[in-house]
Amino acid sequence: MIETKNVNFYYGSFHAIKNVNMKMKSNSAIALIGPSGCGKSTFLRLFNRMNDEIPGAKLEGECWINGKDIYTKHTQVDMLRKNVGMVFQKPNPFPKSIFENVAYGLKVNGIKDRAFITKKVEESLTAAALWDEVKYKLNKSAFELSGGQQQRLCIARALAVSPSILLMDEPASALDPISTAKIEELIHVLKQQYTIVIVTHNMQQAARVSDKTAFFMYGELVEYSDTKKMFLAPEKEETQNYITGRFG
Amino acid sequence: MMQTKKIQEQIAFTVFRLLGFLVLGVLLWILGFIVYNGISVISWEFIFSAPTDGMTGGGIFPAIVGTFYLIIGSTLFAFPLGIMSAIYTVEYTKNNWLTKCIRIMTNNLASIPSIVFGLFGMTLFVNTLGFGDSIIAGSLTLGLLILPVVIRTTEEALKAVPKTYRLGSTALGANKIQTIKRVVLPTAFPNIITGLILSIGRVSGETAPILFTVAAYFLPKLPHSIFDQVMALPYHLYVLATSGTDIEAARPIAYGTALVLIFIVLLMNSLAVIIKKRFEKNK
Repeated sequence: MIETKNVNFYYGSFHAIKNVNMKMKSNSAIALIGPSGCGKSTFLRLFNRMNDEIPGAKLEGECWINGKDIYTKHTQVDMLRKNVGMVFQKPNPFPKSIFENVAYGLKVNGIKDRAFITKKVEESLTAAALWDEVKYKLNKSAFELSGGQQQRLCIARALAVSPSILLMDEPASALDPISTAKIEELIHVLKQQYTIVIVTHNMQQAARVSDKTAFFMYGELVEYSDTKKMFLAPEKEETQNYITGRFG
Repeated sequence: MMQTKKIQEQIAFTVFRLLGFLVLGVLLWILGFIVYNGISVISWEFIFSAPTDGMTGGGIFPAIVGTFYLIIGSTLFAFPLGIMSAIYTVEYTKNNWLTKCIRIMTNNLASIPSIVFGLFGMTLFVNTLGFGDSIIAGSLTLGLLILPVVIRTTEEALKAVPKTYRLGSTALGANKIQTIKRVVLPTAFPNIITGLILSIGRVSGETAPILFTVAAYFLPKLPHSIFDQVMALPYHLYVLATSGTDIEAARPIAYGTALVLIFIVLLMNSLAVIIKKRFEKNK
C-alpha cells in the first residue's frame, strides 16, 4: 500500500508536483501517464527516494509505504530501496557477468551465503522469464544479451532483493515490439506478487498492463481511476483529449 | 571546379601521409640508431653484473634493479593517493572551491620542471624528514612528479563511467562507497591503467628528480632496504656519457644502457596493456 498526502515537489523554484493525494493498492499495477514534463517520473522516484541526490530538490507533504512514512529522519534509505526496486528506461546492466548482475543487490546488502545467492539468482531469473535463455551462460557478460533480455535481467536484478514494490520508468520505451510484449506479459504475472508502478508514454501499454491509471498534467493529478473506466469513459475533458491523442 | 577540389584533396592527403611517414621515420631512426650501437654489448653478463674498470667494463645490473625499485616505489605511492583524490573530486564533490583548488593545483603540478621536483624532494624527503639519499626519498619524489598524471587520467576514467550504472546500483540499496568499489572502479580500471602506462614511462626515464634524492654515481652492490641508495638507468646513462673515467671507452656501454632502458619501458607498457585487456574482457 502506497499513499501520498498533499505531496508537493520542487526543483529549485520549479513546482514539479502539485498537491497530489493518491492511494495505490498492494499487488496491483498502477500506470502513470501524461505528457512529457508532467511530473510522472519525478512522482515515481519519490517512492525509492531517488530524487534525494538532486541538488535543490525539495519535498512537502508525506509519502507512506506499508504504513510507514518514508521521509522521516530515521528512515533507512538503503532498506527502503531494497523494498522498493526500480527498473530504468534504458536497460542498465552492470559490466559484469549475468550471475553477478543478479547477485549484486544481495551482496551489497551483506549476504555472503553462496548457496542462498545461487538459489536466489535462479529464482529471480525464473521470475523475470529469463532463466531458460541464460541458464547455460550465467558467467557470460550481461552485454552479450539483447536489449530486451538486458531489461529482463534488470528486472531479475531488482527482484533478487525481495522487494514488495517495483517502480518502472518507461521500461519498454527503448525496446522492439517483441521484447515489449514480453515485458508486458511479465508485468501481468508479477503484479500478483508485487505492487507495480509503471510510468509509460504508450497509452495502449497502460491500458494493457495496469489495473488503475493516473493521469498527470503540469504536475497535477488530473484523474485517477480504474484503467477500464479511464479509457472507456474518462471524467475529465483533459483526460479524454490526451487519451484520444488530441495533444501530448 | 570539381577538378580543383579533387586536386586540392589529393595534395592535402599526400602532405599528411608524408608527415606521417616522417614521424614514423624519425622514431625508427632513433630506435635503430640505439639498437645498432648498443646491441653489441648486450649479453647475460652485461645485464646481470655490476660495472667494473671505472665503468668502462662489466654490466649494469645495479642500475636495472634500482630503476625497477623506483618504478614500483613511486607507483605504490602515487597510485593510491592519486586514485583517491580523483574519486574525491569526481564522485563526492561536484564543483566546490576545494575541487577547483585541487584541479588548478594538479594542472600546475603537471607543468613544473622535473628538476624543481628534484630540489623539493631533496629538501623535504632527504633533509627535513631525514631519509637521506634513498629509494624511499627518490620514490616519493618521482611519485609527486607523476601524481598529476594519475589524478587526471583517473578523473577522466571515472567520468567515462555511465551515470546509469551508479543509478542502478543506488536503486538496489548500495551506498556510495559500495557503488564506487563494486561498479565504478572496476569499470574505470582499464582507463586508469592507461595512466599507469604513461607514468611508468615517465618514472623510468626521468633523471633530474632522482639526481639529488637517490641516484648513486657508482654503487656496485644491491640495496638492502628502502633507505639505501641505488643506481638508476637514466642517471647511469648520463654519467657514462658525460663524466665517466673514459667516456670514449664507455660509449658502447652507454648505448647498451639506453637499449636496456627502452626495453624495460616497453616491457612494463606491454604488461600494463595485458592487464588492461584482461579487465576489458571481463566486461
